[in-house]
Amino acid sequence: MTAQLNARSIVVALVVAGLALLPLYSSISGNVFVLTLFTRIVIFALAAVSLNLIMGYGGMMSFGHAAYLGIGGYAVGILAFEGIGSGFIQWPVALAASALFALVIGALSLRTRGVYFIMITLAFAQMAYYVASGLARYGGDDGLTIYKRSDFAGLVNLSSRVQFYYVCLGCLFAGIYLVWRIVNSRFGLVVQGVRSNEQRMQAIGFHANRYRLVCFVIAGTMCGLAGALLATNTDFVSPSIMYWTRSGDLMVMVILGGMGSLFGPVIGTIVFLVLEESLSQITEFWALIMGPLLLLIVLFGHGGIDGWLGRLRRG
Amino acid sequence: MADALLSVKNLCRRFGGIVATDDLSLDVVRGELHAIIGPNGAGKTTLISQLTGQLLPNTGTIHFADQDVTRLPAYRRSALGLARSFQITSLLKDFSAIDNVALAAQAHDGHSFRFWGKARAEPHLRKAAMAALERVGLGQRADTVVSELSHGEQRELELAVALAAKPQMLVLDEPMAGLGVTESARMVKLLQELQREVTIVLVEHDMDAVFALADRITVLVYGRVIACDVPAAIRQNAEVRRAYLGDQQVATHG
Amino acid sequence: MLLVVEQLLNGLQFGLLLFLLAAGLTLVFGIMDFVNLAHGSLYMMGAYFASTFAAWTGSFIVGVVLALGATLLLGVVLEFVALRHLYGRDHLDQVLATFGLILFFNDAVRLIWGPAGLSLPLPSWLTVPVQIVPGVFYPSYRLAIIVVSLAVAAMLYLVVMRTRIGMLIRAGASNREMIGALGINIKLLFTLVFGLGAALAGLAGLMQAPILTVQIGMGENILILAFVIIVIGGIGSIRGAFLAAIFVGMIDTLGRAYAPDLLRHILSPTAASTAAPALSSMLIYLLMAIVLVVRPEGLFPASKR
Repeated sequence: MTAQLNARSIVVALVVAGLALLPLYSSISGNVFVLTLFTRIVIFALAAVSLNLIMGYGGMMSFGHAAYLGIGGYAVGILAFEGIGSGFIQWPVALAASALFALVIGALSLRTRGVYFIMITLAFAQMAYYVASGLARYGGDDGLTIYKRSDFAGLVNLSSRVQFYYVCLGCLFAGIYLVWRIVNSRFGLVVQGVRSNEQRMQAIGFHANRYRLVCFVIAGTMCGLAGALLATNTDFVSPSIMYWTRSGDLMVMVILGGMGSLFGPVIGTIVFLVLEESLSQITEFWALIMGPLLLLIVLFGHGGIDGWLGRLRRG
Repeated sequence: MADALLSVKNLCRRFGGIVATDDLSLDVVRGELHAIIGPNGAGKTTLISQLTGQLLPNTGTIHFADQDVTRLPAYRRSALGLARSFQITSLLKDFSAIDNVALAAQAHDGHSFRFWGKARAEPHLRKAAMAALERVGLGQRADTVVSELSHGEQRELELAVALAAKPQMLVLDEPMAGLGVTESARMVKLLQELQREVTIVLVEHDMDAVFALADRITVLVYGRVIACDVPAAIRQNAEVRRAYLGDQQVATHG
Repeated sequence: MLLVVEQLLNGLQFGLLLFLLAAGLTLVFGIMDFVNLAHGSLYMMGAYFASTFAAWTGSFIVGVVLALGATLLLGVVLEFVALRHLYGRDHLDQVLATFGLILFFNDAVRLIWGPAGLSLPLPSWLTVPVQIVPGVFYPSYRLAIIVVSLAVAAMLYLVVMRTRIGMLIRAGASNREMIGALGINIKLLFTLVFGLGAALAGLAGLMQAPILTVQIGMGENILILAFVIIVIGGIGSIRGAFLAAIFVGMIDTLGRAYAPDLLRHILSPTAASTAAPALSSMLIYLLMAIVLVVRPEGLFPASKR
């Protein structure tokens, strides 16, 4: 990644700097709200980064990615409820549960293509939603409150807003770095090749679905981490986080930012959530504007914001 | 047949009511360039697809290097040394030429479940890829994205990709489709060189090229083999002339 | 015993309702290759229009007829203004664009009608129970739904199988490029098909209004079921949608009816009543997953692509 002075890298640099310095701004200005807002944004950005891995690079249009937010969240919530408060147990369980779910769902779903794949991933996420709402012990539809945040034995205090923000930001940057390395690795090239021309990749000698599945599992695990963070952030988890419209939101964040670019999902998430937040301040009917906006973006926006920034250089 | 690298026996493939491959048997000897010709609709590409695994036959067997590959999926046949080029160019359009070839080399260089190291920086893969590119004359175009290559260059790249796997047998499906005169001549020369190193099964319409290159020719009509012999004999074969060559004089290239 | 008959009829009725919704969806998908998530919104609008017009005119029947017309018109306008630009685009683009429409419709309804739902009261002649078999009584309205749905299904079958337009529709479902080459006015055909789909969705929405619900977001839940049905039945296939819809309707209804009792044997009452609806919903998704794994093109695929 050579450093170039163009619109895209300037924006990325600004975003990274802005995110890193946000707590400073928050404490100076006394604006706590912006810190909680951006904690949420950073967590969703991690989820979007994971979805971009399978959508943008892998060509797998999954409409059930929000399921992992729920699985990660419920892992933390259920363990906390049952008296296991150590983060060293909760978070690995969240990751493992997400990986397992992704493995099973992926193995079944990847037998299909195109719109069938979209539908089956949607259906499996809905199944997860229904399972969660059917668990009376853990609150069912009402959700589960988490009374005590994950305990990391003094390593970090998640109850501190600032510390928790940096944990989330650290996870986000780690996630982006991981995706960067994966995408340029042997594995990543195969996955992108399979997206580009599956027949050719099979003819060369690659078992396409095996690579897709592994990619799917990695993305699901990463999103499970986001789920654990999200549940911690709100001290609460409910089935609604897995409702299919949430998966739609995630897809929008990825597409808006520009699929198949490293920082696209981050920018897309920021724009989407900030827009949602500011529109809802203006009017309670923000979806009235957001909806058609989405439609217009799909109709006229090629390659999302990242694509637009890339074109700025030449334009 | 004694030294048959590829042995096809009684192959049958139907699509609904249409019999695309009709009780087809043929052998390809190690080291030969075996051409397959026939009018449009004769089932040449269907046959090729069954050889390389994109399509599975209804009945019959295919043996490659003494192994039964009839039902083997495409990606497994590549590992056995069977490489293919496609009639309709099938490349990774958003990757560069060298990336396309390097991936083919990568497939035969251990496993690809490596998530960390930069694949484009692996010297032996890059070297192998450049070697294949230079072989087909695309050395200068290594870093060009496939979508920006000319049609002729893409056909040459198809060949390079097939070569990168260092195959025992090359199955080429109309490599000269859409090529101009100079490009065709270059391709013929290239195939003549390759002929000495690897067994080739060549499907082609360009009769000049076929008669110049082939050690043996199999003629396919409506999915059946109507003749399989050396070029000189095929040229004289009355049935073949009737079905395919017609009355046109076929120019000879010695 | 009587309860089983009643539940079976309920299952049939729900299945037929689902069929109406799924038929429109599968037609639009099969012919225009268009994934329309906003189909659920048209279902919702059918219910809202019916409630409003019935209240204005004081007549259930007039309200229903007006609502049907309004939904048809809405569908046509939507297609003409926005959706036709998405034909031929990636399915993902279509999913996202129509997803945006869902958000828009939900808020538009909230703006116009407020957040609380509406109701559609039945006229007295539709509330009397009917004796279908000696000793077995069934609500006349539910019977009406069954009759109307079957009639619409029969009409749909006749149109698709026996008329010229139907022939074009079937041809389009199996080979889209061909009908264009035949010189038919594709745009008009597409608009008609979309309008038909919208009317079917609206009909389903308004028919279930008196017995189920008229509220914001009602389209989303049932839309997924409709997608499950067309995936199971095979995209583009009306016959597949019919069979799959009946099947799914039965499973859902019978599941909801009997699961709580079954579960009460192994779980506590609260746990059972929370888990029961979840279980019957899950069964359907499980079924879809099985079909997709075993026969990815659906049970009765329309096209041999």
